[in-house]
Amino acid sequence: MASKVETIINKYEADKGQLVSILQDIQTEHHYLPKEALDEVVALLDIPASQVYSVATFFKAFSLTPRGRHLIKVCLGTACHVRGAAKVVDKMELDLSIKRTETTPDMRYTLETANCVGCCALGPMVMIDEKYHGQITSDKVSPLLAKYE
Amino acid sequence: MGSRPRPNDKAPAGRLNSPKQLEALRASILNKRDPKRPCIALCVGTGCLAYGCVDIFQAFNNEIAKQKLQNSVDIRATRCRGFCERGALLTIYPQGVFYQRVKLEDVPEIVTETIVKGRIVQRLLYTDPNTKEQYAKEADIPFYKKQQRLLLDANSKIDPTSIEDYLAIGGYSALAKVLFQMKPEQVIEEVKKSGLRGRGGGGFPTGNKWQSTREAHDEIKYVICNCDEGDPGAFMDRSLMEGNPHSVLEGMIIGAYAIGSHEGYVYIRHEYPMAVENVMTAIKLAESKGLLGSNILGSGFHFKVKVSRGGGAFVCGESTALMASLEGKVGEPRAKYVHTSEKGLYNRPSNLNNVETWANIPHIILKGSDWFSSIGTMTSKGTKIFSLVGKVNNTGLIEVPMGMKLRDIVYGIGGGIRDGKKFKAVQTGGPSGGFIPESHLDIAVDFDELTRVGSMMGSGAMIVTDENTCMVDMAKYFVGFLQEESCGKCLPCREGLKRMLQILTDITDGRGREEDIELLARLAATLKDAALCALGSTAANPVLTAIKYFRDEYEAHIKDHRCPAGVCKPLITYSIINEKCPGCGKCVEPCPTKAITFVAKKEPVILDQEKCIKCGTCYDICNLKAVAIK
Repeated sequence: MASKVETIINKYEADKGQLVSILQDIQTEHHYLPKEALDEVVALLDIPASQVYSVATFFKAFSLTPRGRHLIKVCLGTACHVRGAAKVVDKMELDLSIKRTETTPDMRYTLETANCVGCCALGPMVMIDEKYHGQITSDKVSPLLAKYE
Repeated sequence: MGSRPRPNDKAPAGRLNSPKQLEALRASILNKRDPKRPCIALCVGTGCLAYGCVDIFQAFNNEIAKQKLQNSVDIRATRCRGFCERGALLTIYPQGVFYQRVKLEDVPEIVTETIVKGRIVQRLLYTDPNTKEQYAKEADIPFYKKQQRLLLDANSKIDPTSIEDYLAIGGYSALAKVLFQMKPEQVIEEVKKSGLRGRGGGGFPTGNKWQSTREAHDEIKYVICNCDEGDPGAFMDRSLMEGNPHSVLEGMIIGAYAIGSHEGYVYIRHEYPMAVENVMTAIKLAESKGLLGSNILGSGFHFKVKVSRGGGAFVCGESTALMASLEGKVGEPRAKYVHTSEKGLYNRPSNLNNVETWANIPHIILKGSDWFSSIGTMTSKGTKIFSLVGKVNNTGLIEVPMGMKLRDIVYGIGGGIRDGKKFKAVQTGGPSGGFIPESHLDIAVDFDELTRVGSMMGSGAMIVTDENTCMVDMAKYFVGFLQEESCGKCLPCREGLKRMLQILTDITDGRGREEDIELLARLAATLKDAALCALGSTAANPVLTAIKYFRDEYEAHIKDHRCPAGVCKPLITYSIINEKCPGCGKCVEPCPTKAITFVAKKEPVILDQEKCIKCGTCYDICNLKAVAIK
């Protein structure tokens, strides 16, 4: 793990201003921000741990707890909202027996919501991992989830 | 993501050291291209990804190879052209034949029929849902015909990962003109005269902003592009950045020259992976051509651009918060007693403009300020991109001249309300904007008119709502969004929004009190006066306009404990319409609480109200509309 964080930081020439991007890359690597990695960022960038922690907790993109194999993001942007996105999240919560931002105990899914994924014409929109699924209604939720092992 | 097609991404031929070399390269690119040769331009933008366009692109390549047509037809992967609803989309040039809802299995037929035999595949043409008329060409479709696609037009013609494509449509000639024929002051004068106002929401005159940054005393100045499109319901910045990143970069370089800046940033949402990737590719290609970096086009001017990804915080759309985030800090705004044009990023003079603003610059330089200011209204010049979404027939990204009537947008371009429902309101300006009711549908859409009716331009989201949209729920939605996104630095926003949400939740849960409306208005006024940044000071707009124009809905919730639109769960019940239900039983299995009982074929099913959790699955699944919400 040590070398990975270092490689990422070197990629940004240890620029303190690029902290958000550095954390993004670490998260891409681990699917969340492990404490050890954050400690390393603190040491290598020579910035206070409080700053790293505040940035890591301020931005929605970051998670300090491990995430499941599949990251579900239900878009709750306005366009998706008026087409019933709330019902889609409710159905997801019901199907997975977890609340939004939580992970299923078998680490299969993490359920999150997004403010807008920018596919407003196709709402309600659900993003699973890197794949976009448009015009999802509550009855399409269970078959969609089943596709992700 | 790595598998995305990039057919024209050839290695660049080397640095360009003068405008002459740029023109020579352009001539050689155009020389190699036969305008009569058929070209299939398929959209592989983020919206169309949901339709499997990457596979379709691959299938076209395979089919062209199979029919040995590699030397007689081109295929180009373009990005978003706005009509996302109808994806997957493609245009066949030079005729401009437009196919929509294209599926994988249509590919061989398109190649054989249209490319080889020159015949049109009727079933893939767009049919107007109202008039049932079919259109063969993109330019004739009402959705496109009524637009003026100054910025978006190129999106359907170029592959954004190819700098040659951008050069082929005249790219970087505005930059050459500026660097070799204009003084920085002249550039600023031209932008001022054009009347261009910031497209990110504020509507501040761009030329004036540039001038104050130029006049600020400091050796180091920054130029920043705001692509942190946090406004839910808006995706114009994503589409421009994905589809034509060079136009944004060209605008930035011109701005940097005018301002006297040598360092720039593109701040972009991490939720837009394709836009991030495409702008990075564009920067690399422009650098390799000598159009960005040191000694641009041999002029001696140098300018570097870095890309910084946002972490998903709406407040970072606020300039000072964005700059804090660029410094690696928490994205909290500060009071703007000193403007960012004086002290912005790292306390240096900084000029921040939105993606769409930057993309307008090359056009203004090339065609002149007179031409630009001839488009639009007295106070708002040029075109504006809107995302027309929600309950309209034609949803997508549109670009119209400022001053177009709202009615023409919703009915002319949008094709009216879906499923024959009744129009209720258009919400513009994102969470900081307001609702515009039917009585104001004839306003001319520009910065000032939208503000006059209580809403705002914002970044250009237009969410159309119909009779099934509850205005109290919408107000609650926006306040909920904003209170979650509030950074918490100032008290009016942190506490005020929480309380407003509490009151609105009470109302939608049926616990509203008559004095609540008054209380909301008072909280709203406090926020407007006392919040630190625009997130808080405009947060009350949706609530205020919802009260102003739809007071009866609030009263129905409070006094009669009724949600007229049938949205607010605690106030509604689902029931089976016995006359319409044929007892097919389709809704029985999916019901998560087994509240629906199958009786017999041709006998209506029975819904147990005790077990019903109002999830709406049966309502969504029933094709016969036999489930009622009351």
